[in-house]
Amino acid sequence: MTVIVSQLFTGVSIGAVLLLIALGLSLTFGQMGVINMAHGEFIMAGAYTVYVLQKVITDAGWSLFVALPLAFAVAGLMGVLLEVLLIRRLYARPLDTLLVTWGVSLILQQLARDIFGAPNVQTRAPDFLTGNIKITDDLVLSNNRLFILTLALAAVVALTVALRYTSLGRRIRAVVQNRDLAAVSGIATGRVDRLTFFIGSGLAGVAGVALTLLGPIGPTMGTNVIVDAFLVVVAGGIGHLKGSVIVAFALGTLQSLVEYSTTVSVAKVLVFVAIVAFLQWRPQGLFTLRTRSLA
Amino acid sequence: MTARYSWRAGVGFAVGAVLLFAVAPVALSDFRLSLLAKYLCLAMVAVGIGLAWGRGGLLTLGQGVFFGLGGYAMAMHMKLADAGPGEMPDFMQLYGQLDALPWWWRPFASPWFALPATVLLPMLVAFLLGSLVFRRRVRGAYFAILSQALAAAMVILLIGQQGTTGGTNGLTDFQGFFGYDLDDPVNQRMVYFIVAGVLLLLLAIARQLMLSRYGELLVAVRDSEERVRFLGYNPANVKLVAYVAAAGMAGLAGALFVPAVGIINPALIGIVPSIEFVIGVAVGGRATLLGPVLGAVAVAWAKTALSEEFPAAWTYLQGLLFVLVVAFLPGGLASLVRMVRRRRPPPDPAPVSPAPVVSPQEVRA
Repeated sequence: MTVIVSQLFTGVSIGAVLLLIALGLSLTFGQMGVINMAHGEFIMAGAYTVYVLQKVITDAGWSLFVALPLAFAVAGLMGVLLEVLLIRRLYARPLDTLLVTWGVSLILQQLARDIFGAPNVQTRAPDFLTGNIKITDDLVLSNNRLFILTLALAAVVALTVALRYTSLGRRIRAVVQNRDLAAVSGIATGRVDRLTFFIGSGLAGVAGVALTLLGPIGPTMGTNVIVDAFLVVVAGGIGHLKGSVIVAFALGTLQSLVEYSTTVSVAKVLVFVAIVAFLQWRPQGLFTLRTRSLA
Repeated sequence: MTARYSWRAGVGFAVGAVLLFAVAPVALSDFRLSLLAKYLCLAMVAVGIGLAWGRGGLLTLGQGVFFGLGGYAMAMHMKLADAGPGEMPDFMQLYGQLDALPWWWRPFASPWFALPATVLLPMLVAFLLGSLVFRRRVRGAYFAILSQALAAAMVILLIGQQGTTGGTNGLTDFQGFFGYDLDDPVNQRMVYFIVAGVLLLLLAIARQLMLSRYGELLVAVRDSEERVRFLGYNPANVKLVAYVAAAGMAGLAGALFVPAVGIINPALIGIVPSIEFVIGVAVGGRATLLGPVLGAVAVAWAKTALSEEFPAAWTYLQGLLFVLVVAFLPGGLASLVRMVRRRRPPPDPAPVSPAPVVSPQEVRA
């Protein structure tokens, strides 16, 4: 029994990481339809923000809490820059956006390699996150996993509130649902696009901060996580945050349970098969936006 | 249309054959020639991507999977042939985890199984994934991401099963190729000739597909899938044929890559190399026949020339290529050629990724 519970907790914490990584994408990809392959490099930028910050603020605890908003701003500004310079010209060509942003991600990775060096670097975790909470003898929950879970849930709540109850959120939803009608209603859609991109990319920065708690960081860390994140959004469905939330936790749990009975590599492959099978059932993802298009 | 182009195509193939079979072997040293063989293998993958992506709008970011399936099938056969009948390949004995050859290795001892498998296995995988995905109208970016995820899954699987697949080292260190010693330069030349011949064959097949009624249907599906469906065709089948054909070409390329280069490993088939196949196609001109081939060879040559001396500069350049070519020159270099000689309207407009209902033609009208 405790084995299953502890595997479930592992699954939930894998899901929380997936969710944090995918949350920004569910805005830029899910809401705006932009496939930003450089999203992984925004995650990397967030992680390196912690690394640089720890050179200034030596206390790991303080640096973590300063890093969260700072990484949000750093990654968000990178996103806005990308939107203004390139993506804005490509809204009509989604597949080309994918390739262009892949090029951007190559350049950003090499920049990171030139600035910080190719080998992975380690950041320090604050003391209060290194311990464990012991529930029974077999069931031990590690603090940093709990912290990431809290962070992911907080991000989801904040984003939901922002989208549902603020005027910016209303504008974002209006542009997503009907861009032309939003434009003639007086919404500056270009500005909304930039703001959406800022928030989505900023969330990638926050995810990067969280990833520093789990292991070393390096120039290629973005590529390793980006595919999983895209799968979460694809399976979750366009235009709904709750789809990404459910799918992230479902995939995390599935992976940890399969991993327990087989191996990590087999689990990854089975998760992929599960997603393809799932798309047979719901080709548009778990939740769909009702439109009159022919899709 | 076919008649008007056929003599030009004939001349083109003849010139290509002379360049590949007569000029290159004389002009290039053994080392350069084997490099060219490698580039031509990559160009075969590009021919398939040109068909699927340029003509069909299917951005497949997982061609490495099919390249790898073909490559591993060939490599497994060569390993078993090197080891001799009933013996295990050297790396399995080295790791020492296994007492006997795994069951799924056994059939590859026979060339009658292994050779067809290099093409049919990738086609089968593409058929399974494609028929599932296209039938349910998963398309565009969704398809691109799924194809990329397939590449990721395959690499993880290969690395995870180190004892039977060689893990990150892959399969390498081959001695013979169907009884011929691969260290002998004469036999390396023979491999080059096979590669060049197969590439010309694939180009002929791709040209035939593009000029046929099927080819027009494929372009129609790219530009306005819904309209094709309303005309009574099934776009899923149209796309499936292009995807499976591209997979077969990639498989054949992988199979020839192994004797030509002497290695196949996960680093050659994962997410990054898979997307690198695409950039050559974009540079050359995705919707043309020759563009992908020339683009792939040019990019591969530039990579060899630059990446050894200036690895950082090459990565920046490659990133810039993606950004500049795809964003500002979506028709690739082929569209520059067309701009220079505007004698006749281009036979196939550079693809503007289709808005679902309104086709580019309609906008212009």
